[in-house]
Formats: sequence, structure tokens, C-alpha cells
Amino acid sequence: MCLKLMSIKYLSDLRKGENATIIGFEAARCQDKEFARDLEDRLLEIGFEEGLTVKILHEGPVKRDPMAVRIGQMTVALRRMEADAVQITYQETQ
Amino acid sequence: MDRAKKNIKIALVGSPNCGKSSLFNSLTGSHQKVANYPGVTVERRSGKYTLDNGEKVTLIDLPGIYSLKDRTLDERVSREVITGAHKIETRPDLILCVADSTNLRVHLRLVLELKYLGLPVILALNMQDMADRDGIKIDTKILAKELGIPVVTTIAVRRGSLDNLKEELTRAIDTITPPRDTTPSPSTRELQKQARIIAEKALIAEGTHHKVTRQLDKILLHPILGIVIFLIVLFGMFQLVYFWAEVPMNMIESFFNGLQSLLTQSLPDNWFRSLLIHGIIAGVGSVVVFLPQILILFTFILILEATGYMARAAFIMDRLMAVVGLNGRAFIPLMSSFACAIPGIMATRTIEHHRDRITTIMIAPLMTCSARIPVYSLLIGAVVPNDPVLYGLFGLQGLVLFGLYLVGIISALIVAAVLKITLTKGVAQPFLMELPKYQLPILSHLLINLWERARAFLERAGTIILYSAIGLWVLAQYPKKPLGAIEPDIYYSLAGIMGRALRVIFEPIGFNWEISIALIPGMAAREVAIGALGTVYALQGNEDQIEHSMRAVIQNSWPLPTAFAFLAWYIFAPQCFATLATVRRETNSWAWTSFMIGYLFSLAYLAAFIVNKLAIFLLN
Repeated sequence: MCLKLMSIKYLSDLRKGENATIIGFEAARCQDKEFARDLEDRLLEIGFEEGLTVKILHEGPVKRDPMAVRIGQMTVALRRMEADAVQITYQETQ
Repeated sequence: MDRAKKNIKIALVGSPNCGKSSLFNSLTGSHQKVANYPGVTVERRSGKYTLDNGEKVTLIDLPGIYSLKDRTLDERVSREVITGAHKIETRPDLILCVADSTNLRVHLRLVLELKYLGLPVILALNMQDMADRDGIKIDTKILAKELGIPVVTTIAVRRGSLDNLKEELTRAIDTITPPRDTTPSPSTRELQKQARIIAEKALIAEGTHHKVTRQLDKILLHPILGIVIFLIVLFGMFQLVYFWAEVPMNMIESFFNGLQSLLTQSLPDNWFRSLLIHGIIAGVGSVVVFLPQILILFTFILILEATGYMARAAFIMDRLMAVVGLNGRAFIPLMSSFACAIPGIMATRTIEHHRDRITTIMIAPLMTCSARIPVYSLLIGAVVPNDPVLYGLFGLQGLVLFGLYLVGIISALIVAAVLKITLTKGVAQPFLMELPKYQLPILSHLLINLWERARAFLERAGTIILYSAIGLWVLAQYPKKPLGAIEPDIYYSLAGIMGRALRVIFEPIGFNWEISIALIPGMAAREVAIGALGTVYALQGNEDQIEHSMRAVIQNSWPLPTAFAFLAWYIFAPQCFATLATVRRETNSWAWTSFMIGYLFSLAYLAAFIVNKLAIFLLN
């Protein structure tokens, strides 16, 4: 049986080659509070934004970290820890 | 029209990777100056540009920034300059904002933010060629109307494409209005929303993701293939640095040698001849000889930067560097330091974050540079037998040399990790970095940048290195030896007196007075210590003969623990004025420079002490 459901996850959960839509930011998930304070603004500034499609293009050799994602016309590299703060939704096939 | 106002100043502002520096290079050509803003490590790049009507304007290239908050030094300096709050830089009259046509949505936010700062703004949509190729179409009329500022399209890499921009600049300067007060700008999110609405109106066709970049990244960022290619690039780079540099380095060396013998023959034997030959030419020559290596290394680094590969290298190395709290960008400068710490420290300019940059500069001298090789090979040759190790697979000498490199690297990593939790401690910086589209490097821009590096290096050779060479010569020459004295001249000189006084400090690590004395002139450059030892032991002959006799001296009159302690000392000791001068220039801080001198000498002393005592213990 094949059933599609929408689920809320984080960019760090996405696998290589998968597409998803950004729905928000949750910088509070970072343990380092100081770091988390600016993270949302920085993500926004480099081009992350609600409603945009992201796709994981590449993953680093060790522990799949860092990762390179495509947003619109650009490719952005970020660490898994930072990707943890980006909420996404994607169509999951079970 | 205010014709009275001359010396119009235009500030170039834009995000990283928008081609801002290319545009700056195309407009100013080689008429540019690079310096630091006083007190900070932010680079100040300025140049002159002549308008069509013959009027000269000043262009300043502000650092690449994503926003004008106060978070990074780059952002703070940019904001201060634009609002007229900067202590040194006067307020510009006009902002030329550069945006990447292929990434309009993101770059428009900065344009909107700039409009609140009270200066007239012109927007240059750069990389129009790439946008055309990717099928991106922008209606500049709509964009200009929505933003309320003039908009032109440019291809920074093609001079001919800048006519529109030049016309627009002339028009803007003719009708320039005095700056208004700055008004507070809305939040990032609000600006982002506005930018998106405008981008949607102005974009006629969205286009596709750059195909060449997509295909190349599949190979160059492949988890296995990517690393293999990265290692090949690095290996090739260093092979060529040594291979190509050999001939010009020999030429420079013979030039200085020739000059020395010419002056020996043609000048009367007096203090002035000695100053010229043994002070100035020997001192400056021993540093200038590294120029070919530095230039070749920088050619590679600039090409890696210009093509966009540098960001990929940072991606590949990031995880490894994260272990000691640095990011991938620190890797190439550290690798470069194996040739010479000077280009390595200069290459840290690619590290965006101030604290990471300082940490990298602090550990760069621990990478074994090529000036240590003559010292290492002399001592290893003298005290380590070349016994086969592992059934002849390695030689013991080679293994010891490898060990010295390894100790340097491991210490650097430990120092970095310690610094990151103490002195350069601070909020962790996100790695977050755009991977720019691949581009072919432009020869003229490459040459401009290369020239800037060469000039900076030679300027130092002509100033601080020259002065220290003269200073060291004076120390080694005066006062003269008293009549009937038996020791060599240097023994009675200031350097000799200092060296003998320092012996109290150096005795616990096994150094004799000859070594203590040689360390002082050895501050000019590491390998100069060998020549200085030759002087102390009153050895005669040319360089090769001195080295040969030195080997015999070390074997016969140095205890083994002393030789080993000397090797350990050289892993750490900052025995090079040129490096220290570079650190001073690049960090813009005497405090950091003194800290580096202090910590490296302490480590050198500690290491030499431990090695000396351990060797005495083991040999008994």
C-alpha cells in the first residue's frame, strides 16, 4: 500500500537527492544559545526563506557533514548542526 | 549642479561572490592601494577611476557582506564608512551596490537595507553573461522603478560591458545630492519579504541552475572522488612550488653571491663593506630568496579562489578542521605555511571570521617551512645514523625528519584547540557559506593581485627586514675584538656578550655559548643560524664547505642531547623577523604579535628542555 503524508522535519533529516520545502526556523534547537541568537538572521541573509524548495546536493565524507544544498539558483554549504534549525516539510512515500 | 565639489568618493558594496572585486579591478585597473583599516584586520582597498568627462573619482571596495548589522568586523566597518561614523574614512558620496543577476532575490535585500543609510545608490546587476546563459531574464526598468534607484547591467570580467555603468556614474555624479540622515531599517525578515516581492515583479524568467557548476560539483564534491582530486591538487601544487621555484631561487642566490664577491673585490676592506656584504645583502638576500616560492604559491591560491574551487576545498576539509574548532577555510593557509609562513599568513585573508583568522595566524609558524630544512638536514645528517628501518623501507634520517614535521602539526592542532577555549574564545561561527559558480580566472585580475602580494613582501624586505639585518650586523660586529684576544670576533661583540649572558638561560636546555650567540643573528631567517654558527666557530670557505665543517664540529664537540635539544628548539622558535613583521601587518596588533613571540619561545624552551633531559637520561 502506498500512502503519502506530509510531515514536519528538519533539513538535517533530509537525504541526499531529496527535495523539501522550508516552512520555518527553530534556532532554539541549538545547544549554544549565543550561537542560536543570530542563526535565524544569518540563514535568512544567505538565502533561506519560508516557501522555498531545498534539495540536498552533496554531503561531506565524514558523518555526512557538512552538506551542500540548493536553494533557488544558489548552492549553500552548511554544517548539519546549522541545518538542524531549518524546519521543512516534504512528501514522504511509505 | 554643484561643480565645486571635487574628489567624489564612491563606495562599492555587495555580498560575497557577486563579482564586486572583479568590477573594482576592471574600473580601477592597476591604480589601486591595499591596506588595513587602522586597528582592525579589515582590508581597505581603494583606487582611482577617471570619468568620461575627465573627472577623477575615488573608489573604495568595502568588504563583501550579507547585511549591515554589527555582527562581524566587516559589517561594522562597512556600516561606519557608509554612515560617516568611521574615524578615518570620510563618508562616501555615492554607493555603487553590486548584485549577482543570477541570485537577485537574495542580493536585493542588501540593496533595500542600503537605501536606509541616506546615500544615493546605483545598482549594478553583475554577471549578466551568466544570467543570460542560465536563461534568467530581468526587467531592469521595473526593477529601477520598484527600487527607486538607477539600475544598470554589467559583466565585470569584460571591460567593454561597463559603458552603461560609466554613463550612469557620470550622470549620478552630475546630479549628486548631499547625504541625508540615516533612518532605522526594518528587520531582516521584513526586508526579505520586500525583496522577494520586487524580485518576483522584475524576474521575467527564472532560468535553471548553472549546468557546468552542477556537473563539476558532482565530481569535485563526491565523497571519495572529491577527496582524491583535492589531494592531487594539493600534491601537484606543492610539487610545482618546489620544482618551479628552484631555478629562480638559485638565480636570486647567485645574484646576491655575485654582488657580494663584486663588492668584496671593488671596495676597500672597511666597516662599510662589511655592513653592505655581511649585513644588508646577506640579511635581505636570505629573505628575498623565498620570493619565487611565495609568488608561485599565490598564483595557485588566487586561481583556486577565482575559479570557485577554494570554497569546495573548504567544504571537503571542514569536518577535519572542526575537530580543533576551526573551519575548512583555514586549511589552505596552513598548507601554504609548509613552504613559508609568510604567504600562509597572508592567505588567511580568505578566512572571514576574525577570531578564526587570528587562531590560524597564530599556529601557521608551527608548520615546518622550507627555511627549517637546511637546519634540520645539517643536524640530522650530523647526529642521526642513516640506519634502515622496517627492512630498509625507510631510512632513520628520513623518519626523524618526518617526525619533526609531525610534531609541528600536532602542536599546531593542540595550540589551536587551546586558543579556541581561551584567548580566541567566542560565539561559535556558523560555517554557512555560498558555493559560488565555477568561473574561469581572468589573467589581468590575477596579475594585479599577484603584484600586490609581491609588493607587500618586497616592501617589508626593504623596510623592517633591512633594518633588522642592519641591527643584527651591528650586534655581531661591535665592539671589536681586543688586541691579543683568542676567541673569534663575534665573541666580543654585543651579540657575543648577549649570547654569553643568555647562556644562563640556555644552559638548562643544553645549549653552549656558541649556539646562544648564533641564535641572535639567526633571527634574520632560520637558515642564517648555520652561517652564524660557522662564524662563531671561525670556519672558513664557501657555504658548502662551512656546512661540511659544521657537521664535523657538531659530531665532535656537541653532546648528543644538545644536538637533539637544538632540533626541538627549531620546531617552535619564531626565529624569523620576516614572519613576525607579517604577523604584525596582518593582525594589525602588537599584542597578538608579542603573544606569538612569547608562546613560541616558551614552547621552544620547554621542548628543548624536555628533549635534552630525556636524552641525557636515556643515554646514561
